[in-house]
Amino acid sequence: MFGYSMADIGNIVVMQGFSGLSMFTVLLLMALGLAIIFGQMGVINMAHGEFMTIGAYTTVLLSKVAATYGFTNYYFIFAIAIAFLLAFAVGYFIEFIMIRHLYKRPLDTLLATWGLSLVMQQIFRSTFGAKEVSAELPEWMLGSFKPTPDIDIPINGVFVMVLAALVTFGVYMFMYKSRWGLRVRATVQNRTMAGAVGINTSKVDRVTFALGCGIAGIAGAAFTTIASTGPTTGTLYIVDSFMVVVFGGAASIVGTIASAFGIAQAQSILQFFMTSSMGKVSTLLVIVTILMMKPEGLFASKLRK
Amino acid sequence: MSTLNRRGFIKGAMLGAMMAAGLVTGHAFAADYPTAKVNTTGLAVTDTTVKVGILHSATGTMAISETGSIQAEKLAIEQINAMGGILGRKIEVVQEDGASDWPTFAEKAKKLLEKDKVASVMGCWTSASRKAALPVFEKDNGLLFYPTFYEGLEQSKNVFYTGQEATQQILAGLDWIAKEKKAKTFYLIGSDYIWPRTSMKIARKHIEQHLGGKVVGEEYIALGDTQFGSVINKIKLKRPDVIYAAVVGGSNVAWFKQLNAAGLNSSKQTMLTISVTEDEVLGIGGENLAGFYSAMKYFQSQDNDANKKFVEAFKKRWGKDAVIGDVTQAAYLGPWLYKAAVERAGSFDVDKVQAALPGYEFKDAPEGPVTVEANHHLTTKLRIGQWGKDGQAKVVYTSGYIKPDPFPKGYQ
Repeated sequence: MFGYSMADIGNIVVMQGFSGLSMFTVLLLMALGLAIIFGQMGVINMAHGEFMTIGAYTTVLLSKVAATYGFTNYYFIFAIAIAFLLAFAVGYFIEFIMIRHLYKRPLDTLLATWGLSLVMQQIFRSTFGAKEVSAELPEWMLGSFKPTPDIDIPINGVFVMVLAALVTFGVYMFMYKSRWGLRVRATVQNRTMAGAVGINTSKVDRVTFALGCGIAGIAGAAFTTIASTGPTTGTLYIVDSFMVVVFGGAASIVGTIASAFGIAQAQSILQFFMTSSMGKVSTLLVIVTILMMKPEGLFASKLRK
Repeated sequence: MSTLNRRGFIKGAMLGAMMAAGLVTGHAFAADYPTAKVNTTGLAVTDTTVKVGILHSATGTMAISETGSIQAEKLAIEQINAMGGILGRKIEVVQEDGASDWPTFAEKAKKLLEKDKVASVMGCWTSASRKAALPVFEKDNGLLFYPTFYEGLEQSKNVFYTGQEATQQILAGLDWIAKEKKAKTFYLIGSDYIWPRTSMKIARKHIEQHLGGKVVGEEYIALGDTQFGSVINKIKLKRPDVIYAAVVGGSNVAWFKQLNAAGLNSSKQTMLTISVTEDEVLGIGGENLAGFYSAMKYFQSQDNDANKKFVEAFKKRWGKDAVIGDVTQAAYLGPWLYKAAVERAGSFDVDKVQAALPGYEFKDAPEGPVTVEANHHLTTKLRIGQWGKDGQAKVVYTSGYIKPDPFPKGYQ
């Protein structure tokens, strides 16, 4: 078939399947934090990418520390935890000084957070320099896993996959099984009523926003294994993140997962059979068409309007 | 009156001191070249100073690349000033930020030329920024020294191109890899904009018509794309002898990291890239690059006296961790070429400087001697470097001198 042996084709199908899954988990990790902030709170956070960059720089710095003190093999676990905490703290602070004053003005939030993203980029540039840097990866994360001699499964891809699964599970538990999640959902559904029954809605907002930022931090830390770290790294991810969330239906975590999966598979398969750019263009065309027919996204939330 | 007298006295004293300095060091000094004579077009040249502009992106996405150029240009200018300046005049830098925004480059170029009246400008990095600023330089008859290797297809009397044009970088590199690795099949991959596309067009023609090879795939990646899974699988299916790559920016880092993670490292795959310099290696990580080749005119590891001095001075000025890529070195040439041109012309007038530079051989360039040609590009050598884990390249091949040919016949 096309001059390739069946074994060749079999191997490629396996690796291509993995590449699609891997892209899915990357998109999911990018979009989860945004899904919480945009979906649950209606805040359009244009600085989402910069919170990822916080996570990425945390990892890079910690890798330097780890190299000095000789714990390179397992620093990544700490990096993810610290990235989360740091991004969470910054998010908490930003909500306090900026976002909470703009809840009734969604379009102004868009502008304000865009400005924030520019400010943060310049802070990164002034602090860490304009050049791209890379985190030194632990030995076990380099290279590929080989079930057969001709199949290579990238280990960093598997790592991102596992992390995405854990984070998604965590978010699910938080939103649907914890009291905090209950309060968040109550606030989303009816802010006035939630306030009336004694929920501190402004505190809920702050924690929700910070949580979304914290997850962005985790994503940023994870992406140092597959891509670059520089002051403007965040801008590489922001468009894809919004695309996933909007396509999935803003208020639904299940929608985000489904949309990340759909986009990733479509793009991955199309890019294999077409050129890379055309694959991307075709995916976007399909998304635009579907959104024209279903403006609420794949999984519209059933809210009483 | 007394203040006037005192000012006159100070001026005289300074002139005296400068003359003394000039006599001692043997360099040209201002008194030999009265300002009225060397500056007939109203440039910002005084008896003691000459203004030179630096126009790069210090902010925005291109700051990653352009910072090195700014540093190199400033270093060269400081060294020139320490030697007594140009025709006895110290260079005064006017720095403007193009902010990675092409119209801003045009605006700032206009400001530098019309308001500051700078005698020349070191600047621009991307072709897009140069194309945006070019009309301004041509209208105001300014002088631009442009450092980046680029796609060619341009020649302006107002620009000197200190980097390589596409054929200088591509042809000899392909010849080498075809011979050295007995390569027959090539996979071309680049970012999706003018430089990679023009370069790949030239590469394809050369591979098919002159090397008797075959291009088994040609792929362009949207700028900023970081997902290479499908592309890498396609490459695995085609099994090319050589991947010929021109991926830039954040995508570049993702490309090498994912390639390596997918098992395509240098022990299994030969790759020649025209977009990786020491600067990019910082972000990609030496371990992801080790064994792959870059085709450039300059590598930091070059073992000649001029380069050793340059690397030492650069690190002393900008920190011991600073690295020097191809474009950074090309940017360093700019101020030196300008100095040589003014001295050959005996004037700062742009027309005379333009006419004086072609034919000049800069013997002390860190990359080795270069000659300015009539088409305002440089005759240079091409080098192939093989990357090591430490982020430095070992030069494995040096070509002969290659004349610049910005409008290559048969390759368009």
